Amino acid sequence: MSGHSTYEPKYAAEKWIDKRLPIVRMGVDFMAFPSPRNLNYWYAFGGILTLCLMSQIITGIILAMHYTPTVGEAFNSVQRIKRDVPFGWLLQSMHAVGASMFFLAVYIHMFRGLFYGSYKAPRELLWIIGCAIYLAMMATGFLGYTLPWGQMSFWGATVITGFFGAIPVVGESLQQWLLGGYSVGNPTLQRFFSLHYLLPFVIAALVGLHVWAVHHVGQNNPIGIDIKTKEDTLSFHPYYTMKDGFAIAVFLMIFALFVFYLPEALGHADNYQRANPMVTPPHIVPEWYFLPFYAILRAVPDKLMGIMLMFGAIVVLFILPWLDTAKVRSMRFRPTTRRFFYIFLFMCFVLGWCGAHSPDDIAIPMGHGGMTFKWVSRVATLYYFAFFLFLLPVLGWVEKTKALPDSITKAIHDGEA
Amino acid sequence: MSDTQTGEGEHEDPSRRDFIYIATGAAAAVGAGAFAWPLVSQMGAAADTRAAGSIEIDVSKVEEGQQLKVLWRGKPIFVRYRTQKEIDYADSVDVASLRDPQTDDERFVPNFEGKINKSLLVMIGVCTHFGCIPVGEAGDFEGWYCPCHGSHYDSSGRIRKGPAPKNMVIPPYKYLSDTVIKIG
Ligand code: HEM
Ligand code: FES
Repeated sequence: MSGHSTYEPKYAAEKWIDKRLPIVRMGVDFMAFPSPRNLNYWYAFGGILTLCLMSQIITGIILAMHYTPTVGEAFNSVQRIKRDVPFGWLLQSMHAVGASMFFLAVYIHMFRGLFYGSYKAPRELLWIIGCAIYLAMMATGFLGYTLPWGQMSFWGATVITGFFGAIPVVGESLQQWLLGGYSVGNPTLQRFFSLHYLLPFVIAALVGLHVWAVHHVGQNNPIGIDIKTKEDTLSFHPYYTMKDGFAIAVFLMIFALFVFYLPEALGHADNYQRANPMVTPPHIVPEWYFLPFYAILRAVPDKLMGIMLMFGAIVVLFILPWLDTAKVRSMRFRPTTRRFFYIFLFMCFVLGWCGAHSPDDIAIPMGHGGMTFKWVSRVATLYYFAFFLFLLPVLGWVEKTKALPDSITKAIHDGEA
Repeated sequence: MSDTQTGEGEHEDPSRRDFIYIATGAAAAVGAGAFAWPLVSQMGAAADTRAAGSIEIDVSKVEEGQQLKVLWRGKPIFVRYRTQKEIDYADSVDVASLRDPQTDDERFVPNFEGKINKSLLVMIGVCTHFGCIPVGEAGDFEGWYCPCHGSHYDSSGRIRKGPAPKNMVIPPYKYLSDTVIKIG
């Protein structure tokens, strides 16, 4: 898809640079990247995600100038950032809310890829790099949540590092090695801070690979057929810079709404209490973006099984390109799969709902008792795995797909794209 | 200079070059390993962390039905003065039916006279699931209940119901006198 370079240096200085380091050419070619002409707003989230990453890095570096990573001072230093540091309230809120917005955007971006079959050949590596970015984001979010050293920070860190303790034989030593002690403490906080600072830059590097891969294989599009002629494409700039720009403006308004009016809506009141190793909060919950996985973890009574299922839920994403056997990419032309996809989407929300409640509480009242959250999450977990491991492989063989348009341009003229 | 280009140097025995390759490679591997070891090892518990590993507890102030909570290695130690009812309950359980079979007696360390004091249960108050702290006098088995994911422990701290795999752990401890216990 890289195509020919259209850049022609005009001035002597440009020519001089172009001979020695064609960096301007790289930038110009990047902006002229031929994109399918039928991209919709679901395709704006890549740009939104780039913005989110930049915002997290900028606000994070500034927070780190005022933050103290010791168990004695961490909690106070974050409170001081919020109260005393000029505009600290804004930067702290942008960083904390920003993490949620980042995950919101990444989830939309991923479901988009799932729906339009963007993980299928030749985009398998592109998809896998995306999964790696998601994994690194989860690690970064978890590490960052520990830093304010509130009750949820501390107990979240205790529970999550406890996962490693469940590994047979080496588990306990591994856990102590990760914590730098017998329990979550000062050494843990300091290394979490160091890694929380590092990982976003690893993510930035992965994003570089991700974008490189997009430019190499070309973007997929809502009807999922390949670009055939130049007519099927538009230059990235100004067409999609404009469209993405509009989407970013809307996204930022929602972002600002949270930053200014609901800064605590996505947080947890317990995190306003300083970490206390002697008292566990009555109800430990992770941040909302981890809730579905938390529900999967608790759906089975066995500790090791729970962890394996939870990691398995991410592993299936990595191997998805080989699980879905269908030739047709976009679910627009796969009517049956599309229905199962909507159920899948619904089940992801159900898992999130279960993750936020105690497993033994009643979720769906029936008569005197009812169905507990544990059982609801079992059903949803089963569907989650069945979708990837059974439905997608089988539907690929048996489903009768709708006829694909001849080209993107024709589909647009026929009102199909 | 010129004779190295035209002379026998060109047809030299290749095994000398192989030797240099292998020797350099081996040195690099050993060097990388020697550097990786400290990188990995620094993550473990530091000497001062390990040194702060033992404490003494005066149990004379604990009364029947009360529980003392002391921090040891960053984790709470429960010292519970059990009621007769709790002791009887712990003894009445069919051990074979337990997930992590242990008699109540096995969960005690003898004092200097070689006797066990079944009223004073000393254990690490950490749920063996993911490390939350169970709440006392709660749950379905006269013992503790872990609010995190719903594990029930009996009056001996043995796991009875819920996701935790093991009984709450008995730390290494000994009686220094009738009323002072040393943990760690
Ligand atoms: C991938 C990008 C990032 C994500 C998803 C992320 C996420 C988070 C989260 C969830 C928190 C806890 C906020 C709270 O509840 O108060 C946090 C805190 C923090 N982060 Fe980040 N972060 C990112 C990048 C960075 C970077 C590049 C730095 C630079 C050093 C940084 C420095 C900090 C500091 C100092 C805190 C503690 C202050 C606070 O709690 O607001 N973060 N981060
Ligand atoms: S940590 Fe106690 S039940 Fe999970």
